[in-house]
Amino acid sequence: MLNFLQRLGLNGLETLTVLGRAGRFWWQALWGLPDWRNGPRLLVRQLYFVGVYSLVIIIVSGIFIGMVLALQGYTVLVRFGADQALGQLVSLALIRELGPVVAALLFAGRAGSALTAEIGLMKATEQLASMEMIGVDPLKRVIRPRLWAGMISMPILAQIFNMVAIWGAVAVGVDWLHVDTGSFWSNMQSAVEFREDVVNGLIKSVVFGAVITWIAVFQGYDAVPTSEGISAATTRTVVYSSLAILGIDFLLTAVMFGVN
Amino acid sequence: MRMRTIEISVGVFMLAGILALAFLAVQVSGLSVRDNHRDTYKLYAHFTNASGLTERAKVSVAGVVIGRVTAIMLDPKDTRAKVEMSIDKKVDFLTSDSIAAIQTAGILGEKYIAISVGGDPEMLKAGDEIADTQSALVLEDLIGKVLTNLGSKKD
Repeated sequence: MLNFLQRLGLNGLETLTVLGRAGRFWWQALWGLPDWRNGPRLLVRQLYFVGVYSLVIIIVSGIFIGMVLALQGYTVLVRFGADQALGQLVSLALIRELGPVVAALLFAGRAGSALTAEIGLMKATEQLASMEMIGVDPLKRVIRPRLWAGMISMPILAQIFNMVAIWGAVAVGVDWLHVDTGSFWSNMQSAVEFREDVVNGLIKSVVFGAVITWIAVFQGYDAVPTSEGISAATTRTVVYSSLAILGIDFLLTAVMFGVN
Repeated sequence: MRMRTIEISVGVFMLAGILALAFLAVQVSGLSVRDNHRDTYKLYAHFTNASGLTERAKVSVAGVVIGRVTAIMLDPKDTRAKVEMSIDKKVDFLTSDSIAAIQTAGILGEKYIAISVGGDPEMLKAGDEIADTQSALVLEDLIGKVLTNLGSKKD
């Protein structure tokens, strides 16, 4: 019994220490004056690796999710003779939930794991230590542009995902299943509210981007510098960020769209 | 050269994001600049039953949307539902004997307020109350009445 209590206490303390380290790490990386000479160049480079590289998977999955959503929605709605409501079903589901969440899950798998592996390897090959040696702060030089790149590219990716998915839904719903074009779009426009839906979805994806890159970069920085350590850290990144996305999504939804 | 291609593709990426947001704003949510700054004035109406009516529900005359429901509250004086509507400033020709009725779009559709204009020379002003109202038709009540009627006939 006492052993059990001791183990529980130890685990609790360890978790809290890691959380504290992660928080301090985040704060130290983002705190301080921006570096106008090197910052933009480094940021653009990271935007390229984090954002542009994720475009293909985002666009392809967006099209298919939109098409499936339209197909499934149609088969149910047509039973009640309400197939005109397909536009609002698809667009609200995408803009409020699926767009930010699915794009973030894909982003965690595509970019988060790459970030962890890259930084873990930098640590294992002692690049981070040598940077410190020549007087460059690796937190500012390596970590900060990656954190910003995640926060900037995630909302962009989510919006592209939404747009492409709605096109996919139009392709299936309007062109294939012959839902009336006019009522498809006008129902969508009367149901979707820019401030309520689009902006809240945007806020969600910014939060997700920040959380994913924070987890990814910290796991890489905190990894045991061996090949097993890096592989374990990469796994943890994907698992933790997926869980974090779903949990935070529920909280944000409850706050943004909750019953009042 | 390498850096240049990176910069260009990041530029294209950002542009695609902005275009996607613009698409969502204009095409999907039907946002227009005029919408937000439209001048409105407030009208009130009391209903004995406002069930199913929600905030932001449409207010229409002859099927044309002229405003939205902005608030629904219970009036403590007569325990009826007090509905606040904001109506487009341009629509200043609602007569004071207008009738406000809660109607349903289709059988299972959303509730909205339909105003039928009368012939009184006096017009409704901001803050006025529409005196003549018809409450929401509750489908379940209607079905219940029909069923009891059928039941009583048999006896």
